[in-house]
Amino acid sequence: MDFANSEAQAGPQVQDALPASARSAVKVVVVGGFGVGKTTLVGSVSEIRPLTTEETMTQAGAGVDSLVGAENKTETTVAMDFGRISIDENLVLYLFGTPGQERFWFLWKGLFEGALGAVVLIDTRRLEVSFSVINRLEERGVPFVVAVNAFPDAPVHPMEEIRSALDLPDYVPMVRCDARERASSRDTLLALMSYLHSLTTAPAPERP
Amino acid sequence: MSGPDNVRHPGWADGVEGGPERLYVVTAGRSSSSAPVVLDLVTLIVSRGRPERATQPEHTAILRMCASPLSVAEISAYMGLPASTVTVLLADLVHGGHVEARAPVPVAQLPDVELLEAVMHGLRKL
Repeated sequence: MDFANSEAQAGPQVQDALPASARSAVKVVVVGGFGVGKTTLVGSVSEIRPLTTEETMTQAGAGVDSLVGAENKTETTVAMDFGRISIDENLVLYLFGTPGQERFWFLWKGLFEGALGAVVLIDTRRLEVSFSVINRLEERGVPFVVAVNAFPDAPVHPMEEIRSALDLPDYVPMVRCDARERASSRDTLLALMSYLHSLTTAPAPERP
Repeated sequence: MSGPDNVRHPGWADGVEGGPERLYVVTAGRSSSSAPVVLDLVTLIVSRGRPERATQPEHTAILRMCASPLSVAEISAYMGLPASTVTVLLADLVHGGHVEARAPVPVAQLPDVELLEAVMHGLRKL
């Protein structure tokens, strides 16, 4: 998985503490396959070193759920890396990177509730994961932009070719980004915000 | 459209609580708190009381680290505990009046224009 081992720490460093005036937070989800650069993107714009939160998924035998039977359960721990951007003295933006594979969608329930929107980060060499992610976001009504991460050794395809390959509707913005670059990651987030802004201020585009 | 990842895993369900025995012990066997306290991953938690008022080490640790506001996700990361476990611990502290929970900005189907403009303004300063 594309995250560092989590280490239990006593708490944030002094310089990582939010001001007492921090009143509320919002979140944006960065979703994509393993190794696509989610954590890199989060880390490049985050004001704190990306942290890891874990969730445990129990796959139990059908209809039986007792502690006695715990040894028969399959435990799967999924980690999400996240970062933070203080927008102003009151408002904090959290960025969560989450794997796009369908078996991790159980994480999405709490994650997308109340999220502003999502960035679908893609690697043009491995578009497979993106199909189901895009479908799922559309089903859930989560607004998103698609960011094509620029890998040095990946061939550069015209955006329209990628849009066509992803069967992506015209109204979904696409941007190129270099997740390693702070400015580029910031601009990707700004593209999402501009899109959301256009959705709130303009008549709803025709959506299937 | 479909991809090779499109295989369903019937055993996986949304929101199933559970975990290793350690987590069961930490939360005194509860998978959710007695009364509903709605805590998001980005709910900000701030201590109200002094750590020694808490009864178990995990509570004390949370009260210490939340001297300044901290999100549920950050608490989970620093504690090395799953967010669902931390949520149960936090619900106790909220009920006991030991911490204040500052809810996220509510976002309906689409976020508020003023909120978006504030976020854009903040991002442009990066």
